[in-house]
Amino acid sequence: MALLARIPRVMPRPLPPVESRIVMESLLVANRGEIARRIIRSANELGIRTIAVYSDADADLPFVREATQAVSIGGAAPADSYLNVDAVMTAIESTGAQALHPGYGFLSENADFAQRVIDAGVIWVGPSPTAMREMGDKIAARNRMQAAGVPVAPGTTEPVPDVGAALIAANEIGYPVMVKAAAGGGGIGMSAAHDDVELATAYETAKTRAQRFFSDPSILLEKFVPRARHIEVQILGLADGTVVALGERDCSVQRRHQKVAEESPSPAIDADTRADLLAAAVKAGEAVDYRNAGTVEMLFDLDTGDSWFLEMNTRLQVEHPVTEMVTGLDLVAEQLRIASGEDVSFDPKSVPTASGHAIELRVYAEDPKRFLPGPGAIKEWVEPSGEGVRVDSGYGPDNVVTPFYDPLLAKLIVHGADREQALSRARSAVEGFTVVGPKNNLPFFIELLGNEEFASGNYDTGLINRMRS
Amino acid sequence: MAEVRAEMSANVWKVLVKPGDTVSDGDTLVILESMKMEIPVIAEEDGTISEMKVNEGDVIDEDDVIAIIA
Repeated sequence: MALLARIPRVMPRPLPPVESRIVMESLLVANRGEIARRIIRSANELGIRTIAVYSDADADLPFVREATQAVSIGGAAPADSYLNVDAVMTAIESTGAQALHPGYGFLSENADFAQRVIDAGVIWVGPSPTAMREMGDKIAARNRMQAAGVPVAPGTTEPVPDVGAALIAANEIGYPVMVKAAAGGGGIGMSAAHDDVELATAYETAKTRAQRFFSDPSILLEKFVPRARHIEVQILGLADGTVVALGERDCSVQRRHQKVAEESPSPAIDADTRADLLAAAVKAGEAVDYRNAGTVEMLFDLDTGDSWFLEMNTRLQVEHPVTEMVTGLDLVAEQLRIASGEDVSFDPKSVPTASGHAIELRVYAEDPKRFLPGPGAIKEWVEPSGEGVRVDSGYGPDNVVTPFYDPLLAKLIVHGADREQALSRARSAVEGFTVVGPKNNLPFFIELLGNEEFASGNYDTGLINRMRS
Repeated sequence: MAEVRAEMSANVWKVLVKPGDTVSDGDTLVILESMKMEIPVIAEEDGTISEMKVNEGDVIDEDDVIAIIA
C-alpha cells in the first residue's frame, strides 16, 4: 500500500449558494473495490485530489493505491468501516475533504448520512436527502409516483403488518405476487408467491431478512409479472433543475433477483415504448426535484406491453458503464460537475442518444453452476483488451478476495456497432479474461453468450432459472 | 462419523445445533455468511452431533471442519 502525503486539515466551510460555481478541489470516496477505483479515476483526470477510505481487509487493493491519499477507517466487517458513519466523518475532517462520493451500496442511500455530510459543509455528490427519503422507501416511492402520474404495478400502499394482512392483500392483487422489503435492495428478501402457502413462507422470510439487512421489517406486496424485462432509465438532474434521460439499460439477466448482465439499447422495446419509458423516468425525477445521477427501474410486461415503475436508485448504478459506452459520456465526471453547480459536458437540449450497442457482464467470485460465493486469494489475473473492450475491476494479481463484501470482482463491458458485434466482442473478451484462485462465473458467461435465447435478444428475467433447470 | 466442512471461506452467522443434538439428513446445522449471502450448512446424514468446531462470529476458511456427526 502506498503511503500518501499528509495533507493539512482544512476547516469545514459552509456550502456556497447553488448559483455560484465552484471548482471541486478534493473528493473523498466512501466506498471500495471497483466503484471506488472507477470514481477515483474520473476525479484524478479532472485534477481533483482523491481520498480513499479503506477497511483492514482492503489495504492492498488497487483503489487504495490509486487515490491521492488513503485513510484507514476500521475493521473488515462493513459495520466497522464502510457503514461506520462516525469513522467516515472523522476521515472527512482529518483530510479536509471538500466533497464526498458515496458510490453504490453501503451508505449511498442513507439520507441521514447525506444530511450529516452536508451539515459538515461538505458537498454530497448525489441527490438531496429529501429526494433520497422520498424514494428510499419502496412503498412511499410507489405512492409518490402514482400521484405524479407514473404507472405503478398493482400493490400495497402501506406496510403489510402480518401474514393475515398479507393474505388479504395478495388475494386482492391476485396471484402471483412479489414479496419485497420496503427498505430493501439487491434482491435481498424478495420472492414470488403463487398461492397462500407460498405467500406465508415468503412473507416470513422477507420480514426476517428485511430486519436483518435493512433494520426495517416493512413489507410490500406487488403484482408479479411472470414474463418480464427489467428495464431501467438513467437520469441526470442538472444543477439548474432540468431532468434529462440518457437512455435505458436492459437488466433482465438475473440470478436470485440480482443482475448478472446488462445491455443497452434494450432489444425488447421499440422506439415508442422507449420514448414512453424515458418520459416516465423524467417525470419521476421531476416529481422529487431530483439532482445528480439516478436510475428509474421499470418492469416491462412482455405479455401485455405494460410497463410499471419498480423503484428508483438514488445513486450511481453498478451498470452505469453500459450507458457510458453507448453515449460516450463519463457519468462520474457529470456527477462531479453537477455537484459543483457546473454545467454538464453536453447540451441538455440535445441529449446524447445511444450509438451502437453495449453489454456488461458482472464477473463475480462465485461458482458458475450454483452461483455460490467462492472468495479466495488471486493467483492469476489477466484482463482482456481490444477494440470496444473496457474492464472496471476492483482487484488485480496477488490480491485476496475476502468474504466480507459483495462478490463483484470486475465488470467486463463491451461495445460494438450493433448487438451482433457486441456479442462477438464479449465472447472474445470473456475468453481473454483469466482469473485463477477465487471461484468465478466466467464459464457461465461463455454459456450465456452461447445461449440461443440470449443471443436472439428475446429473453426475460427467468432466463437463468431456465438455464439451470 | 462424518465431518461437515465449509465449502467456502465465510463468517459463521448462526449456530443452530449443539453437541448431543440429534440431527437428520437435511437439517440446517449452521448458517454461514459470505459475500452478503446466507449459506445454510446442511447435515447429509442422520446422527448425533458429537462436536461443534465453530462459534457464531468466527471467520472460517474453505474446507475447515464445522461439525462432527457421529
